[in-house]
Amino acid sequence: MIEALYARVHRFVRRILTRPRIDLPLAFGLFLLGATGLVTLYSAGDADLSLVGGQAGRFMLGAALLLLVSRISPSVLRNWTPWLYAGSVALLVVVAILGEGRGSIRWLDLGFMRFQPSELLKLTTPMMVAWYLHPRQLPPGWKDIAMAGVLIAIPAGLIAEQPDLGTAVLVTAAGAFALFLSGMAWWRIGLLVGAVAGMIPVGWHFLHQYQRDRVLTLLNPESDPLGNGWHIIQSQIAVGSGGLFGKGWQHSTQSRLDFLPEHTTDFIFAVFSEEFGLVGVIALLVLYAFIIGRCLWIAMEARDTYSRLLAGAIGMSFFVYVFVNGGMVAGMLPVVGVPLPLISYGGTSAVSLLTGFGVLMSIHANRKMHI
Amino acid sequence: MKIRRSIKDPRGESMLFRRRALTGFALIVLILGLLLSRFVFLQVVHHDEFVTRSQANRVKPRAIPPARGLVYDRNGVLLADNVPAFRLEVVPEQVKDMDALLDSLGQVVPLGEDDLEAFRKQLRQSRRFENVPLKLRLTEDEIARFAVNRWRFPGVDVVPYLTRRYPLGEMFAHVVGYVGRIDADDQERLDPVRYKGTSHVGRTGIERSYENLLHGSPGYELLEVNADGRTQRVLETHAPTPGKNLYLSIDARLQKAAEDAFAGRPGAAVAIDPRNGQVLALVSVPTFNPNLFVNGISQTDYSALTGDPDKPLYNRALRGVYPPGSTVKPLIGLAGLESGMRKPTDTVLSTGVFHIPGQTRGYRDDQRGGVGTVNLVRAIEMSVNTYFYKLALDMGIDRLSSYMGEFGFGKPTGIDLIGESSGVLPSREWKAANYKEPWYPGETVIAGIGQGFWAVTPLQLAHAIATFAGHGVPYEPRLAMATQGGAGTMPEPLPHPPSGPTLIRDPVNWEVVNRGMEQVIYGPRGTGRKVGAGFPYLMAGKSGTAERFSRTTDAYETNRSAAYLATRHRAWFVAYAPADNPQIAVAVILESGSWGAEAAGPIARAILDAWLAGQGGSIEGSERLPEPAVVSGGRAAGGQAPAPVGATP
Repeated sequence: MIEALYARVHRFVRRILTRPRIDLPLAFGLFLLGATGLVTLYSAGDADLSLVGGQAGRFMLGAALLLLVSRISPSVLRNWTPWLYAGSVALLVVVAILGEGRGSIRWLDLGFMRFQPSELLKLTTPMMVAWYLHPRQLPPGWKDIAMAGVLIAIPAGLIAEQPDLGTAVLVTAAGAFALFLSGMAWWRIGLLVGAVAGMIPVGWHFLHQYQRDRVLTLLNPESDPLGNGWHIIQSQIAVGSGGLFGKGWQHSTQSRLDFLPEHTTDFIFAVFSEEFGLVGVIALLVLYAFIIGRCLWIAMEARDTYSRLLAGAIGMSFFVYVFVNGGMVAGMLPVVGVPLPLISYGGTSAVSLLTGFGVLMSIHANRKMHI
Repeated sequence: MKIRRSIKDPRGESMLFRRRALTGFALIVLILGLLLSRFVFLQVVHHDEFVTRSQANRVKPRAIPPARGLVYDRNGVLLADNVPAFRLEVVPEQVKDMDALLDSLGQVVPLGEDDLEAFRKQLRQSRRFENVPLKLRLTEDEIARFAVNRWRFPGVDVVPYLTRRYPLGEMFAHVVGYVGRIDADDQERLDPVRYKGTSHVGRTGIERSYENLLHGSPGYELLEVNADGRTQRVLETHAPTPGKNLYLSIDARLQKAAEDAFAGRPGAAVAIDPRNGQVLALVSVPTFNPNLFVNGISQTDYSALTGDPDKPLYNRALRGVYPPGSTVKPLIGLAGLESGMRKPTDTVLSTGVFHIPGQTRGYRDDQRGGVGTVNLVRAIEMSVNTYFYKLALDMGIDRLSSYMGEFGFGKPTGIDLIGESSGVLPSREWKAANYKEPWYPGETVIAGIGQGFWAVTPLQLAHAIATFAGHGVPYEPRLAMATQGGAGTMPEPLPHPPSGPTLIRDPVNWEVVNRGMEQVIYGPRGTGRKVGAGFPYLMAGKSGTAERFSRTTDAYETNRSAAYLATRHRAWFVAYAPADNPQIAVAVILESGSWGAEAAGPIARAILDAWLAGQGGSIEGSERLPEPAVVSGGRAAGGQAPAPVGATP
């Protein structure tokens, strides 16, 4: 009995290694991105090898999960989807209850590591929306749009309540992209976007004071010399002084002299821009666009609606990371804790991102046949 | 006629998706282009300007933490202070081998296991160029020894700072509380900008509930740094706004009198001014030294506190719940009058045992054989159970608990401290929520004498008695009385209006119950006669002796030694004075007291004596009693307290 089980596990693991189901262009893009991340991190982290080593370790873990998930076929994943979604939402509720009276907590302490359930939702929310839309008549009508909206709003609301606005935005975007890709009529999109824009003054009322301050600081960075205003000013100085070709690797004075806050995590893009200049920024954005494009291509080749929507949503939400982080570093968007994917140090985001790409690999391996 | 499309169209969907994906990608490229244009704007158009700013970037802000507000008692006695101290700090990036450094440093300045653990924890969380405190509160000897050896330890420095000190220590541990070092959990909770540079945050007591007020907001200085990032000089200083000072309504003299009167025996006492809800004393015995917690308590000290069977860290006044026993009888009597179930003249025959009609189980009086026929005043004076058994049964539990609930039982009082218990107000709803049984009439009977499910905190009881003494006008108990913006400025009183109109519908009812409580002190068979002896103003009170277990054997009848009783009883005494114009109400519990009046009464009296001394020995607007000798003799003989106007005996 146990031996049979062991043999099965053994076969499964061996297949992961001997017959990996990966899309080479996508894997190549991710590899290049990860390598860029480690090189930038070495410089931003004051040549601290343990920092780079830790990040490389996370990449290894992420790659292992990617290979593992790539073996799970999309139809199996689809059957699991409601359970995965319900389970991850339940974990959010557990965190909310544990955090009661203690201000805020986002993670569960598993003993050996801290784990943020909100990371799971970045994947399970688009999965659930895709699962819901899969058997339905597309493009969706108001009823299905409303149901999908509820499926997105539950986790997004719980996460925003933590409060973790950055992750809430990412989760909402991932779900919304699935809806967009399902072919939701343009006029409905227009109406919804208009309604959301109309709700902005109301939403403002629900923001925490510090979140409002972040937005206001963007308009007048000098008003907050100790906090985010300082971050915004210093980040722009770093980016701007980089110029066309940059100051060269390990020559970011802004980061060296500690003018730039969080220079290994949220603001690592500023270090990158200072050292590699506009040329580097263009190269990095092209790399991101390539990865996103490849994801969408995989989505178009996918066999069924579920896979298509899921793959497309994962790829497009990758873009949200880049835009929100880049916009923050360049002083276009308020300071929100969204990392630059696969470049920023730490967090569980690298691991969860790579897991998401594992789903894409699996969808690619089960693409439709061209006869 | 609408035809519903019910068949999925895979090919159409696929095409639709293809169009959407391409549109989406185009949009993404467009927005990334927008982002890129911003980078072009910064890196090409304004490149020169930013290069100049980057080169001129020699100015760094550094937060200056605000000084924490001080805490005083109502007369300006200092309860929480900031004192200068010195600590060792390490800059990690200037240390090559941290373990070797700590080893050799430990031979110069002794470093405890606790210091090292806290240091390592903070080291992991902070950045390499940030100072990390290694050892707080250096002694002068340690400073001198380090100064001589300083050259051996680059990156280590002695830094002055302000630390919190509680001059009266243990006496206010349960009121003022203490601050503690900010830990990882706090960091997630606190506003990072407001707490920049701050090392401590309020943990318990006033320090916690008034954290916002006491903390203040940080200032900053602009430092010029050289090419290595080292500070050259200070360019500008923006001073922090110190936290506000806080005046508590507590009187340290009352606090001390109460604590002394307990003499270390576990219990609690709360004194409240009925006219405004101000807390004059709040004592929980035993207590602990809050100064131990400020800079991280050592494991030994902490285990000593947590291992103590008397639980010194436990705030009995706020969290301890006990059956109130007979102390609630006056309020139950009041409920009887107010609800119209009783007139002051109604009498009950006490025979020593009470039966619910049709039941055989007996409910006892404390006096064997009973005391005969009593009205409400006499029933309060002698604490006659039968009167209240019958009253509770006649009122029914619903009416009883609704009246008692108005006086704050069964819910937090709303004092400005965190963590008070709700206690238990016996009611059908409460029982339904906690037991799988219906409400029994017998439970109504014992609820009438403050037994059964009843559980109150000393604070709740003091609050209820103060509310009664204040002619029913309810005030939430308050510790913070005034704030002060800066030294030398006038303290600004914090407004504290009553939480509602008076709870007493007919003032005559108040007079009757008040009369009963005066008779407890002055009546011929009053249970608290000794407590009032010699007090120059009219006092009113009530004793309570709550049983911790139900009587299962006859040992109770035969063994009446104080030591035996102390193991079964909790002794209560509540009082207020002057009865003709109440200005202070107290509730005292002694966890192991033989009888309420004998054990807890003297503590209540000690608090009242200290209060009277604090008033200069005389109280305006209140009639001074004749000389003590005459009082006890005359009153006992006559058995007649001066009847307040309007009282109907």
